[in-house]
Amino acid sequence: MFKRSDKDKRPTVQIFVDGVAVATREGDTVSAALLASGRDVRRATAVSGAARLPYCMMGVCFDCLVTIDGVGNRQGCLVPVAEGMQVEIQKGKREIGR
Amino acid sequence: MHRDYDVAVVGGGLLGSAIAWGLGRLGKKVAVLDEGDLARRASRANFALVWVQSKGLGLPAYTVWTVRASQTWGKLASELKEQTGLDVCLQQNGGFHLTLGDDEFEQRGQLVTRMHNQAGSADYNMEMLSASDVKKMLPLIGPEVSGGSFCPFDGHVNSLRTLRAFHTGFAHFAVDYLPEQAVSAIARDGGEFRLTTAKGEVRAGKVVLAAGNANQTLAPMVGLYAPMGPTRGQIVVTERTAPFMPHPLDTVRQTDEGTVMIGDSREDALDERAPKHSINAVMADRAQRMFPHLARLNVIRAWAGIRVMPQDGFPIYERSETHPGAFVACCHSGVTLAPNHAFEVARMVAAGALEPELVGAFSARRFAAAGTATSGYY
Repeated sequence: MFKRSDKDKRPTVQIFVDGVAVATREGDTVSAALLASGRDVRRATAVSGAARLPYCMMGVCFDCLVTIDGVGNRQGCLVPVAEGMQVEIQKGKREIGR
Repeated sequence: MHRDYDVAVVGGGLLGSAIAWGLGRLGKKVAVLDEGDLARRASRANFALVWVQSKGLGLPAYTVWTVRASQTWGKLASELKEQTGLDVCLQQNGGFHLTLGDDEFEQRGQLVTRMHNQAGSADYNMEMLSASDVKKMLPLIGPEVSGGSFCPFDGHVNSLRTLRAFHTGFAHFAVDYLPEQAVSAIARDGGEFRLTTAKGEVRAGKVVLAAGNANQTLAPMVGLYAPMGPTRGQIVVTERTAPFMPHPLDTVRQTDEGTVMIGDSREDALDERAPKHSINAVMADRAQRMFPHLARLNVIRAWAGIRVMPQDGFPIYERSETHPGAFVACCHSGVTLAPNHAFEVARMVAAGALEPELVGAFSARRFAAAGTATSGYY
């Protein structure tokens, strides 16, 4: 759905989404990177399990919750990507101890 | 003579709603007179336990009354589900009070012994368990947990949905919910009561005062006595997490939707609106010593509420001698005792008389006999 601009010359940063390498750009937030990846990055909500994607992209709506480097319920739109980052699409509630 | 209702219930919280729902269930025409949204609603601030253990020291009849409620909760939950489609998520597979360190374990053990030795109590099988036995049932407890007491009757429920279910049920019965109608005066006139509210007058054949701590000022209007001693409490709530607590504690529980509620302080100063962080810090610290994994969770809410609390902690149920048809009902445990209010107290109000064998011990006349006991609960 999203297409990166040809004029975007920022250096590439490699992250892993559910174990699969994804090329992102320096300065992307995790949410922006997920949306630009072309992958199905829909999470499932904690109570009803409804599918959700990042929405507000500014830290307000909490629809971008994602597990980053083993920590659940992170707001992907507020976290910049980093080389080697492990991202997991969160299906349902955060697990205790993660 | 025109009369609007068979019964006017003053108070639309869990206690008043349970009684009104129970009266509606018996075919009575009922008005529930409630305050507005700014009221201090204990029914929306509580911890939602259906709790038995440790209650009733000093008043054995309270253990009998509480066990009765615990054993009838399933019937209430299924009737509400059938009527309204709302699942109140009752879970009754036993609950814990956990202790940190040897001193707390020893003190709790002494309480369990005193409860066992009290004549006339219902035996609710409260027992002390070692830390290793607790760990079999609550695998994620931390190393500081020295053990705890367990009672198989204990449980919890979604109390907000319970309140909603009662109110949804009103529409199926002949129960009118009338908000923004705080009662300022009650007069008995002929064979009926005239209640003055913010929006006019309501007339009813009987009146039930179920207005929480406000019962203290309402009761004398109909020749009743309801001495109250409210306390303030705080609760901290975490983000939702996958189920990890198979049993609730009296101070920590995981709700049906996954949040973890951490309670519950007790303060005498009632007028502080905002939660006090120093108190929340102590509660959160104890909770994460019990369950170290909690330290990773984000806190998403905290609130303070005012407990409805009769002066000695035990319920008050009384029928007025001077104003026939007037009743007062006060208790702290509006969640735990909800089935008793919906089924037993409603039946007694409809019949016009309280049954001494069930609620005789909870007469306000006990306050005339000086300083006998406290509930042992708070």
